[in-house]
Amino acid sequence: MERLAFDVAHFFAGSLVLVSLMLLYQDRLSALINVFAFQAVVLALSVAWQAYVQGAPHLYLTAAIALSVKAIIIPVALHRMIRRLGIHREVETAVNIGPTMLAGLGLVALSMVVILRATAAADMLAREDLAFALSVVLLGLLMMVTRRNAVSQVIGFMSLENGLILAATGAKGMPFVVEISVAFSVLVAFIVIGIFLFRIRERFDSVNLQALDDFRGEIR
Amino acid sequence: MGLIDGISIQLSQMALVLALSPLLTGLVRKLKARLLLRQGPPLLQPYRDLIRLARKEAVVAESASWLFRIIPYIVFATTWVAAALVPTFATGLLFSWSADLIAIIALLGSARFFLALAGMDVGTSFGGIGSSREAMIATLAEPALIMIVFTLALIAGSTQLSNVAGFMLSTGVGLRVSLGMALIALIIVAIAENGRIPVDNPATHLELTMVHEAMVLEYSGRHLALIEFSSSLKLLLYTALIACVFVPWGLAPAGAPLHVHLIGVVIFAAKLGVAGLMLAVFETMIAKMRVFRVADFLGAAFMLGFLGTLLRFVSRSL
Repeated sequence: MERLAFDVAHFFAGSLVLVSLMLLYQDRLSALINVFAFQAVVLALSVAWQAYVQGAPHLYLTAAIALSVKAIIIPVALHRMIRRLGIHREVETAVNIGPTMLAGLGLVALSMVVILRATAAADMLAREDLAFALSVVLLGLLMMVTRRNAVSQVIGFMSLENGLILAATGAKGMPFVVEISVAFSVLVAFIVIGIFLFRIRERFDSVNLQALDDFRGEIR
Repeated sequence: MGLIDGISIQLSQMALVLALSPLLTGLVRKLKARLLLRQGPPLLQPYRDLIRLARKEAVVAESASWLFRIIPYIVFATTWVAAALVPTFATGLLFSWSADLIAIIALLGSARFFLALAGMDVGTSFGGIGSSREAMIATLAEPALIMIVFTLALIAGSTQLSNVAGFMLSTGVGLRVSLGMALIALIIVAIAENGRIPVDNPATHLELTMVHEAMVLEYSGRHLALIEFSSSLKLLLYTALIACVFVPWGLAPAGAPLHVHLIGVVIFAAKLGVAGLMLAVFETMIAKMRVFRVADFLGAAFMLGFLGTLLRFVSRSL
């Protein structure tokens, strides 16, 4: 039973890392949003499994929040947003997909080496979840760095936050208040960014963030 | 006793792969034609093609060197040896101690290398373009294949195929996300290596996007028969490899009585049929991708293999 619990947790957390890499691989906005919704579903499953294994009922609530907000509400809102912005066609990437994937794999390897060295004394499940969570966070950051389109940067930010939730559920005894406040702060951030996106578009007729650099007078 | 058993199983396996590989190719062609609501060639057409080609005179270009003449034999021999090493219906092969995944990759790699040389040997531009593309696909597919082998070796504790199959049959496998990733990556690599549809189209000749067919354009007669035969063998080999590692049920263990081996042969034929059906459906549903998209496609396989290795490494070191 111990072994199976670990294997299933490993399966879900590993899938989460895989979906993060799939996010990096997508070069169309609507596909990107769909993959993001899928990531949220995997996250909800992973959290629900942790709730079952740890016997912590409040984690089921976290899973429900992840499922409802991140897998349904935010993707639907993003789909409507890109349709209104008229950019549901393509993503511009600052770097090509190949090098980005290689960088992503390097980050995954790095986070595993770091976490496995740093947490030698901790519980098996927690260690593994932390290793995967750090790689999801780093992959989200990488996504924010490599993409020029503001909407895909938002998705990078959200997937980063998925990694934080994974880390939080892996560590036993995380207060529920903290999780709730994280979830709501993300929702607030999403709303703010959404308004901000439309402001950028009004100002520059584009959500390509290179326009901001040009506006500041930076030379590329 | 053990030696005689081993030899007879090994010989029957070598005969079996030779006998079944054109049938698999014919099956895929027939199923694809039926899916497109065409009648399609009969199932035994590949055998007739091979016999017809073997009877015809081999025309060799004036500028061809001795290498061009011997390469079909080299390619056929290496592919046949590789196909004979993969356990198809029984694990108790005589050469199972040498049936190492890395050895099989090396055999296939050398076959591919010589074929690419033959493509460039005559000096036609078509052969050159085929060879260069084949080399590009190979450089992308081989690292992915090596990562898959690493994943399997980390899980099963061996790169020897009969041991891997034995481990997969045991109950100690459990739920492994790495294995799923390795399976998907291996399927992608198998599609690319066999030149099936998203990467290359095996049904066309004289098209600017073709890879394998462009390379062997100068061959005729018995040389072409050998090359066609070895590409059928390669398709069978990859099917057998996937079946042996991921669905090893029905493999006769070493030292089993005769009827278990016969059941193993029947089950292997059934597995080939299922694989052929899946390949035909997949090829019918999907369109061929541009040559320069192949890098992304195989990059995904490499990523899956590498991630599988990493995940396995994590769960092992805990």
